[in-house]
Amino acid sequence: MTATATSARSDLSELGRSETALRTFLHGLPGVDQVGAEQRAAQLGTRSIKTTAKAEAIDLAIRMVDLTTLEGADTPGKVRALAAKALRPDPADPSCPHVGAVCVYPSMVPYVAEVLRGSDVHLASVATSFPSGQAPLEIKLADTRAAVEAGADEIDMVINRGAFLAGRYTEVYDEIVATKEACGGADAGRQGRPRAHLKVILETGELATYDNVRRASWLAMLAGADFIKTSTGKVPVAATLPVTLVMLEAVRDFRAATGRQVGVKPAGGIKTTKDAIKYLVMVNETVGPDWLHPDWFRFGASSLLNDLLMQRTKLTTGVYAGPDYFTLD
Amino acid sequence: MSERVAVRKTYKLFVGGKFPRSESGRSYLVQDSNVSLASRKDARDAVVAARAAVKGWAGATAYNRGQILYRVAEMLEGRREQFVALGVPGDEVDAATDRWVWYAGWSDKLPQVYGGANPVAGPYFNLSAPEPTGVVAVVAPEAPALLGLVSVIAPAIVTGNTVVVAASPTAPLAAVTLAEVLATSDLPGGVVNILTGRLSETVPTLAAHMDVNAIDLTGVTDAELAADMEVKAAENLKRVLRPVSAGHDWSADPGLGRMTALLETKTVWHPKGV
Repeated sequence: MTATATSARSDLSELGRSETALRTFLHGLPGVDQVGAEQRAAQLGTRSIKTTAKAEAIDLAIRMVDLTTLEGADTPGKVRALAAKALRPDPADPSCPHVGAVCVYPSMVPYVAEVLRGSDVHLASVATSFPSGQAPLEIKLADTRAAVEAGADEIDMVINRGAFLAGRYTEVYDEIVATKEACGGADAGRQGRPRAHLKVILETGELATYDNVRRASWLAMLAGADFIKTSTGKVPVAATLPVTLVMLEAVRDFRAATGRQVGVKPAGGIKTTKDAIKYLVMVNETVGPDWLHPDWFRFGASSLLNDLLMQRTKLTTGVYAGPDYFTLD
Repeated sequence: MSERVAVRKTYKLFVGGKFPRSESGRSYLVQDSNVSLASRKDARDAVVAARAAVKGWAGATAYNRGQILYRVAEMLEGRREQFVALGVPGDEVDAATDRWVWYAGWSDKLPQVYGGANPVAGPYFNLSAPEPTGVVAVVAPEAPALLGLVSVIAPAIVTGNTVVVAASPTAPLAAVTLAEVLATSDLPGGVVNILTGRLSETVPTLAAHMDVNAIDLTGVTDAELAADMEVKAAENLKRVLRPVSAGHDWSADPGLGRMTALLETKTVWHPKGV
């Protein structure tokens, strides 16, 4: 597989050089069967996960949470409290794992970095004029560099949906490549240079069709995304099971074609343990256990964590827990 | 013309203003009717519905809550015959209707009787006001089927609490029919939730639930179960109302005890002359 993958990779890396080649490739991707995708997603959602399997799923889901606060009202105190919660989600139970990452605005990164220093919890920052992405490229790149310099080791960028929907694919491609460079990608070898993972937010709620979601997924992966993420959480339609299914199929096919594994992060609207477990079932059934790890699958969420903790407490104590006993944010 | 076949009713649960079947799909027979047999998960769902309703119900004005309880009495009056057909004596339906009216009147008076200004040694207005405790789990008495049920639900909700009621396993038809009355009385969904089935399944779940603030064990006849439930309720310091004795006279003046047992007191210090 490695041999064919290497040759295939060199083919695909040429695509970004010409608008025509990129368009031909993206529009040559097979269309998504909308009814089929929705039915498949609904069917996987009916699986019943109980007892020990549920306990494992909950712990895995907690490790996959990107604990997020992206509000105009965020203060240093609030993000510090959130970071402390990320390190130890359930202070009453030392066996509870820490979350995958904390996700904040760039200006809040230094405060979170203080708290997370020395821990295994990653620090993600949104960048590139989140959430609209409607700013000049220079500003977006400066935004990214500032976040990386401040200590973020994961950058959540938004794609330029305006350009994507207008069919200017190379523009979107070049922006992702440039942002990847701004994350320190080009200088990865040089000592002391920060190097951040790049998550590319497709904002699927604004892409209108599953075909567009598939194209945007491939476009982001071709341009070097380490992760593809569904949504900003700032538009009414956020992560859904069918959209995530289409993206999971894309990363599966991309690995088959190039040998490079890309992560997936559904974000927004995932609030309950039941929802989270549906996603985990879908990951297992679509791309397999290789992706069942916080390095390859994340949940962008805030209120989900409390529900996971309450369900975890229910399993360990046998008694339904109440929200009074968990922090508000 | 063929003869008409009567339509038989399935008696379902009442959760969040809707009438779902038990998630377990189980039912049992009472007076030749199918009645849902609620499970632990139904109890959990009912608590979620009750908790979601607390903010709106406790935040409604006392005047508005009184109007709604009076509306329940109006609806109940209109369905008198339906209860009689289930075997509830007509006198009992009337007494239950009057009890709704009696409690409805208390909604905007209880804060004056039970709260008030406290004399303090300092330049402050010091005011105490009763507030609802939150979600109350209620085990309804076995008899009288309707009057007993109304006498435990009305005092809990009139002050702004929401309730999850475990109906009497032997007399659930009156409880579900009362739910139909409540559903047509402008009572917001989730304020009253009614579970039918075995007490041994639903009550321990409710007693141990950390998001329930009080439990009324009125209808528990088994002393051992009652003691066990008190132990479970102690975990999060629920307010507990102990079972009433078998010969309790439900038609007597109920007094304020059932209302005041399910309240918290908020006291505010306000500086004078500022």
